[in-house]
Amino acid sequence: MNSLHAQLLQLAIATPLVAALIMAGGLPKRLAVKLAGVAFVVPALIAAWLWQQFPAEGGATYHYLSNWDTGLGRFGITLKLGLNGIALPLFLLAATVGLAAGLYALRSGAERLKLYLMLLLTMQGGLLGVFASVDIFFFYFFHELALIPTFIMVGLWGGRDRNYAAMKMTIYLTAGALLSLLGLIAIYVKSGAQSFDLIELKAVLAHQSLAPTVQKYIFGLLLFGFGTLVSLWPLHTWAPLGYGAAPSSAAMLHAGVLKKFGLYGLIQIALPLLPVGAQTWAWPLALLAGIGNVLVIGLITLAQRDLKQMLGYSSVMHMGYCFLGIACLSTIGSGGVVLLMVAHGLSAALLFMLATSVHHRTNTFDLTEMGGLAQKTPVLAACFVAGTMASIGLPAFANFWGELAIFVALWKFSPGLTAVAVAGVVISAIYGLRAVARIFFGPPSEHLQQVMAQHPPADLGWGERLPALILLAALLGLGLYPQLLSRSIDQALPVGIAKVSAGSATVSPAKP
Amino acid sequence: MTTDYLKSVAESNQWWALGPEIMLACAALGLLVMEIILPKKDRRFIPYAAMVAQAMVLLTVIFNFQTTWLGENLFGGLIKLSPWGQVARVFFLVSSLLVSFLGTICLPRTKLPRVEFYHIVMVVTAAMMLLVHSNHFVMFFVALETVTIGFYILVSYFRDNALTLEAGLKYLVLGALSSAIMLFGIVLLYGAVGKVSVNGITHTGFEFETLNNFLRHHPDNFLAIAGALLLVGGVAFKIGAFPFQIWIPDVYQGAPTPITAFLAVSSKAAGFAVLLTLVNQVFTPLAGVLVPVLSVLAAATIIMGNLAALTQRNTKRLMGLSGISHAGYLLIGVVASFTVPWATSAVWFYLGTYLLASMAVFGVMTYLTGPDDTNQTLDHYEHLAKQHPFLGGVLAVGVGSLAGIPPLAGFMGKLLLFIVAFQAELYPLLAIAIGGVVLSIYYYFGWIKSAYFEAWRPAATATTAAPQSAITTPSLSGKLILGLLALATLLLGCYPGPLSDWLPF
Repeated sequence: MNSLHAQLLQLAIATPLVAALIMAGGLPKRLAVKLAGVAFVVPALIAAWLWQQFPAEGGATYHYLSNWDTGLGRFGITLKLGLNGIALPLFLLAATVGLAAGLYALRSGAERLKLYLMLLLTMQGGLLGVFASVDIFFFYFFHELALIPTFIMVGLWGGRDRNYAAMKMTIYLTAGALLSLLGLIAIYVKSGAQSFDLIELKAVLAHQSLAPTVQKYIFGLLLFGFGTLVSLWPLHTWAPLGYGAAPSSAAMLHAGVLKKFGLYGLIQIALPLLPVGAQTWAWPLALLAGIGNVLVIGLITLAQRDLKQMLGYSSVMHMGYCFLGIACLSTIGSGGVVLLMVAHGLSAALLFMLATSVHHRTNTFDLTEMGGLAQKTPVLAACFVAGTMASIGLPAFANFWGELAIFVALWKFSPGLTAVAVAGVVISAIYGLRAVARIFFGPPSEHLQQVMAQHPPADLGWGERLPALILLAALLGLGLYPQLLSRSIDQALPVGIAKVSAGSATVSPAKP
Repeated sequence: MTTDYLKSVAESNQWWALGPEIMLACAALGLLVMEIILPKKDRRFIPYAAMVAQAMVLLTVIFNFQTTWLGENLFGGLIKLSPWGQVARVFFLVSSLLVSFLGTICLPRTKLPRVEFYHIVMVVTAAMMLLVHSNHFVMFFVALETVTIGFYILVSYFRDNALTLEAGLKYLVLGALSSAIMLFGIVLLYGAVGKVSVNGITHTGFEFETLNNFLRHHPDNFLAIAGALLLVGGVAFKIGAFPFQIWIPDVYQGAPTPITAFLAVSSKAAGFAVLLTLVNQVFTPLAGVLVPVLSVLAAATIIMGNLAALTQRNTKRLMGLSGISHAGYLLIGVVASFTVPWATSAVWFYLGTYLLASMAVFGVMTYLTGPDDTNQTLDHYEHLAKQHPFLGGVLAVGVGSLAGIPPLAGFMGKLLLFIVAFQAELYPLLAIAIGGVVLSIYYYFGWIKSAYFEAWRPAATATTAAPQSAITTPSLSGKLILGLLALATLLLGCYPGPLSDWLPF
């Protein structure tokens, strides 16, 4: 691929970071806001262009490769960027949600808006970098770059319990990140590749794979490290609390995109490099995710009265489906996970954003204190209903295809867990639709009548409508025509997953 | 040593090999002379003269980095220059420059004599540089005692403060104890090697090569093992490793803030430089004994330091206790250096990042200190980010780097140490280190939190506002230096190339 595309890829990652730096240099607020707007739009345009240019049959290998020296060449660490069929959809997701969150933040009127935008831009640059990194060291590095602003944003602009939430998030996520860092270092040291470059690691390990016991340990490290970051039950407790407290744009980017880091790492790195380890951990993972994330958290979600807490728990629950898809160790399962990651990223971002919009109009997050908002704000209601439908996994939305693929793969793996997972869909329909009913229909509560009397609720303005429409359009587009992304995913996955099946072939004789 | 020998040394011009140390000591003496001859109103320039002199010595070392004396036995085997010794020279000079800078902020607030402060800092630094070059236990002990005695004075420099005097006394008693332990170890080693009946001796049991040679032939000699363990114990006192860490919180709290920084950075680095030399050049055959001992020390140090720091609110004690945990991480690198040669580089890289971050934090602490230097708590940091965004930013970068958060330099240091530990297969230590890092996030983040996030206070006690600290607004040069430290921390985290290329891996 020619170097123009590679340079564009670099530009997409550099734009938000450089913009944040320029703003830190003391730009006047009015200019800073404009610059931030540009810096959110540019990566989205570039991502769309790169996706459109992506070779039709080239998902299996990396494209747009570029390599920068970091002075750590002797440890095999170089800033190597590129996209393959799995990375492309997530890169696109990061750019889209980043655009939506950025546009929303520009109009949010937050206190100390400039600092807020700077942190958001840093986060956005980190997110784009995560999915464009071929070097697993920088994969981790960019993740942390995106993570640190989250803590600060929760601590400074957060809602209720923000100090406690920021602290808890920091400790949990740092612990998870460090565990996964250990796993990545273990791969580096044990493979003997002398390189953090994923392409090279794959080549070396294809030649000579790691000993089964080593694979088991490393996969365990990665599973629980990444698992904490993705809120695998029972390491999830930071998530509802953190999302409940986080300001909306931070919650959009974190729940929508950053959280996918762990799943992406499992699919892109752990499954292809550690096939035997994946075999060993498949059942424990499936049980934790199926019983814990889907069933237990699903029931807990039913009991939530606070809208943001409910969305936080529901996001934890949907991560369960992703883990189940990974545990199937099949192409279709993992493909479904990638699709669901994108879909959930869009729908979760949409719902977190609209929850804040609801809060602006009702002055509460308590579901029992709302009602009847649909008459006053029809557009908000329509968007929220659509987002909820997508989140439940109704056809015509992208989530449907992801969940469907996962269920198909899961049936082969374990029919019992499939039943649990399908029951989960029913649960999520109950709490999703009940929330819609309580917010938008029925008579308004006394509290709400008072609030409405003082401030008559306005419908979504363009500052809110535009990001919502972007996210909805992406959800619908993918739902109606999933091939937009699924083809490149299909080409990229078999390379890795075939080895998992091959691994199972070599392992199975050892088992009785 | 006969006069003939001294003559031959003089003729061979070996003194040039010690040029930086001699220059530094002469400059230190020059400061005292200046105080006598200069009129009173011009004496305020003496600190700046001290800093200029140190900067010039630093430049001399940097431009003579590949000096011709490298690897040669000088002064009949007393001194041996090594690439690591050169790195250490640069490290100590940068550190003492920054300590002098902190002194210029801190000392004008008191009525104490000032020139002696810079004088002793420079002498101690010269002695540290000699210490890492010593190749002979007599040289080693003399240099070490020069360092320690200098610190006895510096720690109790604010002699009108009760806590400072207590700290000075504690440091004196425990420092003397550690010197005694170390001396006993040296004597045991000398006795073991000096026995006439044992094979493999040359002329003296003080020389590192001789000792190493002896130990290679007699790795089971009980006296030698006991001596080595005593020596390691003495060094553990300097670096603040468990169980010799008890002096740290009190002394760090009582000492003047610049001296706390000097203890935390230079003294600790000197301890590690000595430990690395001993482990990699003298005690290599004793790996069977030392690896378990040092591993247990490292694990206990990490756990102890982090747990003790968790609930600490006095910032100087916090720096001390968290510094203990940093010593623990560094000890992992020392353990790994038995099997992985480049572990030494990883340890020095970590020390370099630790220098930048710690000095940035101590700089902010110095600016925040009121008239009483010893009781600064996290409450003093409330509203810092709003009232002094610059100091708040430097603090965040420094503390974040100490916590090992990317993209700051401290993260790269930890990463290299973890890679080294993996290559040396020290899995249990790695697990403990990870746990320690997570714990450390709690108190480091708490520090940033108290500077940035508004503290929640019950409405009833809203009147009892946070203790107001007398913040000195940084001068332009102060801003420049702190800004440079923070910038270097940030840049080395994003692009660690320069430092890692410069270190002789």
